[in-house]
Parts: sequence; structure tokens; C-alpha cells
Amino acid sequence: MTDIAATLPARRWRNPSALPGFGLSLGFTLFYLTAIVLVPLAALVIRPLEIGWSGFAGILSDARVLHALKLSFGGSLVAALINGVFGLIVAWVLVRYRFPGRRIVDAVVDLPFALPTAVAGIALSALYAPRGWLGAPLMEMGIRVAYTPFGVILALTFIGLPFVVRTLQPVMLELGRDSEEAAATLGATRFQILRRVVLPSLTPALLTGTAMAFARAVGEYGSVIFIAGNLPGISEIAPLLIVIKLNENNYAAAAAIGVIMLAASFVLLLGLNLLQAWSARR
Amino acid sequence: MKRPLAPTRDHVVVRWTLTAIALGFVGLFLVLPLAVVFHDALGDGLDAALAAIREPEALAAVRLTIIAAAIAVPLNAVFGIAASWAIAKFDFRGKGFLVTLIDLPFSVSPVVSGLIYVLVFGLQGWLGPWLADHDVRIIFALPGIVLATVFVTFPFVARELIPLMTDQGRDEEEAAVSLGAGGWATFRRVTLPNIKWGLLYGVLLCNARAMGEFGAVSVVSGHIRGLTETMPLHIEALYNDYQYSAAFAVASLLALLALVTLVLKSLLEWRFADEISAAHHH
Amino acid sequence: MSLVIEKVEKQFADFAALKGVSLTTPDGAFLALLGPSGSGKTTLLRILGGLEHADLGHVSFAGLDWLTIPARERRAGFVFQQYALFRHMTVAKNIAFGLEVRPARQRPPRAEIRRRVEELLSLVQLEGLGSRYPSQLSGGQRQRVALARALAIEPRMLLLDEPFGALDARVRKGLRGWLRGLHTRLGLTTVFVTHDQEEALELGDLVAVMNEGRIEQIATPDVLISAPATPFVADFLADAAARMPDTNLRSLVRTRNIR
Repeated sequence: MTDIAATLPARRWRNPSALPGFGLSLGFTLFYLTAIVLVPLAALVIRPLEIGWSGFAGILSDARVLHALKLSFGGSLVAALINGVFGLIVAWVLVRYRFPGRRIVDAVVDLPFALPTAVAGIALSALYAPRGWLGAPLMEMGIRVAYTPFGVILALTFIGLPFVVRTLQPVMLELGRDSEEAAATLGATRFQILRRVVLPSLTPALLTGTAMAFARAVGEYGSVIFIAGNLPGISEIAPLLIVIKLNENNYAAAAAIGVIMLAASFVLLLGLNLLQAWSARR
Repeated sequence: MKRPLAPTRDHVVVRWTLTAIALGFVGLFLVLPLAVVFHDALGDGLDAALAAIREPEALAAVRLTIIAAAIAVPLNAVFGIAASWAIAKFDFRGKGFLVTLIDLPFSVSPVVSGLIYVLVFGLQGWLGPWLADHDVRIIFALPGIVLATVFVTFPFVARELIPLMTDQGRDEEEAAVSLGAGGWATFRRVTLPNIKWGLLYGVLLCNARAMGEFGAVSVVSGHIRGLTETMPLHIEALYNDYQYSAAFAVASLLALLALVTLVLKSLLEWRFADEISAAHHH
Repeated sequence: MSLVIEKVEKQFADFAALKGVSLTTPDGAFLALLGPSGSGKTTLLRILGGLEHADLGHVSFAGLDWLTIPARERRAGFVFQQYALFRHMTVAKNIAFGLEVRPARQRPPRAEIRRRVEELLSLVQLEGLGSRYPSQLSGGQRQRVALARALAIEPRMLLLDEPFGALDARVRKGLRGWLRGLHTRLGLTTVFVTHDQEEALELGDLVAVMNEGRIEQIATPDVLISAPATPFVADFLADAAARMPDTNLRSLVRTRNIR
């Protein structure tokens, strides 16, 4: 008579399963991730070390770098907020109202996901150029878009919209009408219902979607560089600065800026996960 | 007798206003740029547009884009299947961490995604000297482009399949094993038919991104005309050369691809909603 | 050649499902594992089927060291609570699955497979439904397909995990009687998990009452009712016992020759 195990094993890290292929699938997955993600990311983190903290601080205190970072983060924030407001409206209209062509509009919302950033970039640039379809009338009004931070923000708004809409839609669908009907029977006006019942339930998803739009915008490159004109200190975004440093063969500086952006992404990701965990508990 | 408004319906004025705002926003920010692409492509007439596309450098760019996608997408599909098999069909510690790792490229700027490979394989990168000695070109050549493309697109298939396969559970696979099927037979006969539409969906999105990737490829490619320019890079080159209608002509090819992707995506979502997602979250 | 389970233990990450379970069942008997949720009965069944691995303990059946055989090779027909039918295959393909995945040498010819499928379809009274898909069948029909599928591989033992749990009361009663008849016909060692006392007492030659990972008592139904070994058993079977007047008890609880 043989026993399966002579003693009770210490807490295993996995529950062995009858299904085959665990070793193969997990092994391949880990190998792939290590080779494609972890090793290159390690290179990114290690590279700035060769210039040390002082070099790092030097790069950070460079006016041009600082401005680019401010533009990338600040502009993304503004764009994300715009998308928060309008994305909410778009999502509401798509979910709650019926009108001809609604399905098409719903599909169009995904356009920034599907359209290559370079194509979006030149299109936006042509659109808002001083002689463009929108640029011309704006120039008449004395508003210059191309080659300004304003243009950067417009481009970032384009690519961030789907995040807000797509995060809100499933939540709105799931919301149903029950709580609104209950509030109505208790005497609330439509506006009160929206403010006190609907909006609070949408807040977590709204925050999540906005944060995702923000995260995406911070790193955006292709959609922005054409309309921005990339004037240092005015409309130059951080990712472009990385490219410039690379072209100057200044790998360490490029990596340093990259690390800053990566760190910001991580913080955002962490915040997003916490946000989602918090909203899941509500 | 006038019936009072149902408590969950917005006032008609509100509805019209919000709808107008939503459609206006979508039209302004999403549809107009798309329209500009096609309009400006035909700026010098249809013949000029077609000629621009038939230029040898443009054709080389198309070829390179297709080749890079043809390598990256299947690789990522295999990865996606392996990762979802491991995650959905087994219990083990560290799953959450693995999923976060898989989501990583979505939080990283495209430029950084290219930068990390330059830091490893570039001339001043970790493997730079070794590669130069052995006359192997990765950066500024196809392998680098493929790597960068793989990095930015590998989450797509995995993110689609993981919730799908998790939702579908393990029962059918366990039943297959209890009936005597081996690993590959189980996967081929039981799992694959269940995930085929989700897989197609993921591949569709993966391909759209792979063909349209700009930032990451821009960093690793070296922009060598006729050799290491993908379509997005070629568009940028034409645009910077003031060859606007040629740039838009090539861009319209990618815009068409985006539209086809959107149509197929909507079709799949509409027809196969249950088989695509447990919870659709884009 | 009986089924012997000795001191089986199973620990999941956060709780102990089985804390040392032992029992013996004669060959060809119908064993019911009865207990509330969390009692470990499904875990024990899955260990018998090879779908879970025991941490400690030993099982012998048909003269084999059962737990060392991989699930694929055990030929233990498993019927799942949610049927686990292959949703993209027809009923006939589902039933034929176990035969079609056999290595080439052991695989019967196609005509033979078709014949067996037809045979099984009539056994479970689903003739003519071979080309339907699971989604086109009722719950009761699906469960019968699951059973036919498990029987197709000529299993050494039959394992059923609350097979009637997802069905409505009337269908359940009908299938109960039918399953009992099937068992008498086939004489397969059967292990049946349920939380329904009436079901266990009606179907089982032997009933093992489980609670919190241990067997409280294992005996024939009439012994369980008349002489419960622990307060838990008495309590758990109280409703079922109360609902059965003595005369019914006799007829419901079969006296069988237990070898």
C-alpha cells in the first residue's frame, strides 16, 4: 500500500489539477513575458543609474524637460476632464436614448482605438491648421490651435474619449431604472434623481474611465506631434523629448525621462486598481 | 389628457440638448478628422492619390507593415492562448500579478515601448556591441520593428480570452479528461471551438493596432526609406516633406483598415456577444 | 472487488475539505454520499474521478491503486451537476467523444461508434435526438445525454455529482426512478453525491452521511433511519424520516443482498 504523500505537504502554491498543460502554458507565458517585457523594462530602469542621482536631478531640472513633462501631464489632465464631461453625456445619450443611426455612432466612438495614431495626427493637424476646416474659422476668432498647447489638448481629447464612454456604458446598462423609479415614487424631481441617485452610482466608473483616458494621454505620441509643432518650451511633449535624446545618442537621458513616465504610469495603474477595488466593494 | 412624463425619462428638451451635444462632440472630434483624411487624399485628384500609393517606397512600407503584423499577431495569439489557459483553467498563487504584468503595455507610452528595445539591442545598448560584432541587426531592421510591435499588441488577445475562458469554466475540459482525452485533444476539440469568436475578436484588435503602431516603431526603425518604414512612418515622412495629398492617400489606406476593423468588431459583438465576453470592458 | 477508501485527506488553500475519510463499498453497489454543502462530498467524488488530487490517503478499486492512475486512464464516468456537455457538438458527437479520442489502436471503427451511440441513445430514451445541440434540449434531456456520454466509455465506476440538482422536482423524481432501474440493469459501482436526504435514501444501497469533511455514519438506509450513530445524522435525516411512514419505509428502502 502506497500513500500519496508521507506527510502533509506545506501550503502549496497551486492546487494540482487534472487538466493537462499547466507547466507548458505557464512556462511559455512566463518566458514570453520575461523576454519581451521584463528584461527590456529592466534595461529602462537600470540605464539611468549610470548617470547617478545627480545626473537624474540634472535632467529633471532642465527647463525644457520640465516644461515637456508639465505639458504632457497637464495637457492630459485637461483633456481627460473634458472627456469626463462629454464622455458622460455621450454615454448617457447612447444608452438611454433611441435615435436613427445610434448604432453607427456607438461604433464610431471606438474610432480612436482603431485608427492609427499617425493618421489621426495628420488629420488633426490638417483640420486645425490656419487654413484647415476648423482652423480657419478659429483663426478668424483669433484663436490659434496649431503649434500651441491648445492643439496638444485637442489631440489628447480625441484619443481619450472612448475610455470614458466604454467604461460608463456597461455600468449605465446595469443600473436599470429601478432605483430611479424608487426615487420618483418618493417624490424626487428628475433633476434630483439624476443628481442624488444616478450620478453617484456612475462616479466610480466615471473616475476610472477618466483616469484611463489620462493615462493613455500622458504617453501619447503620434496623434500629438503633428498638430503640436513641437516648439521647445511651448508645445513639446515628453515622449518627443525622449526621441530627441535618443537621436542625440543620449541613452541615459532618454531612459531617465522614460523612467519618470513609467513611474507615473505605475502610480496611475495602482491608483486605478485601488479605485476599481473600492468601487467593486460598494 | 396629457400623460405625465415617466419618472425615468428625461424631459424632451433635455433629451434634444444632450443628444445634440453628444452628436456634436462625436462629430467634431471623431468624424471630422476621418473625413479630412479622405478629402485631402483626393486633394490632387484620384489618379494622384493612387499614384502615391503605387510609389515603390509606399509599396515597400505596405509590405513591411503587413510582414510585421503577420509575424507579431500570430505570436501574440499563441501567447494569449497559453496565458489564458494557464490563468483560466488552473488555480495558483500570483495570478493577479501575472494579469497585471500582461496589462502592462497598455500603461506604457509607445515611445517608451520602443525605447526599451533600443536600450537592449541598440548600438549603446546591453547587447549592442555583441550584435555589432556578429553583424546582426535588430534595431533599425525588421526584428526590432517586430519586437516593438509585439510588445504593444500582446495584451489584446490575452485580455480577450482570459475573462472569456474563466467565465466558461473548467467543466467541459474536465469532462473531456474524464472521458479519456489528452491535453491537445481536449484543447482542440473542446476549448478551441468555445473560444473561436473571442479569439477572432482579439486577433482583429491586435492586428489593427499592430498595423497602425507608430510611436514604438518610430523609435526602433531608423526611418530608412524603402527599408524600415512601415506605413505610419511613411505617412509621417511624406507629411514632413509637405507632400500632403500623398501622405493622406497612404493614410486613407490605414483609415479604411480602421473602418473595416470597426465594422467587423461591431458585427462580432452583435452576433456573438455571449461568446466574446464575460464582461465587455473596453 | 470492492471500493476501498482509506484515510483520504484534502486541504484547499483556505480550508480542509476532507479530514480523513474511510469507507468500503461492495462491487456493483450504489453508494450515496449525503451531506450539507461544505461537507466534502463533492471533493471526495472528484478525487475518485481524478479531477482533484488527495493530499493523503489511499483508494483501491478493481484491484488497482486508484489514486496513482491519471484521470484520463481511470475510465471513471463522471456526470457533472451542470452537465458539462460540449456545447459546440451535437448530442451524438458528445456521446461519441470518449470513443473518438482513444488512441488509434484502441479506437473502434466509425460504424461501430455510430452503433454504440444509437444504442446508448435508446438506453437513455433519447432516440432520434442525436443531431440536436445541447442548447436545444431540456435540462432532463441534457442530463441523460451526460449519462450516456459517461457510459459510452464502458466505465469501471460511475460518479454522479448532484446530477438532478438543477432540475425541477417532477423531472427529478422521474429521473431518480429511471436511474435506479439503470443501475439494476448495468450493475456498475456507482457513487452518487446529493444533499437531498430523500434522494439518497431512495437510491442508495449504502448511504454515507458526511459533515465537515468527515463521515458521520455509513450504513444502509434503514439502519440510518432506525439507528443513527450521531446527533448530526439523526437531525439531518429527521425530516426525511418523518416524511416516511413505516410501511413506505419498507417499500422505499430496498433490502438487497449485499455481497
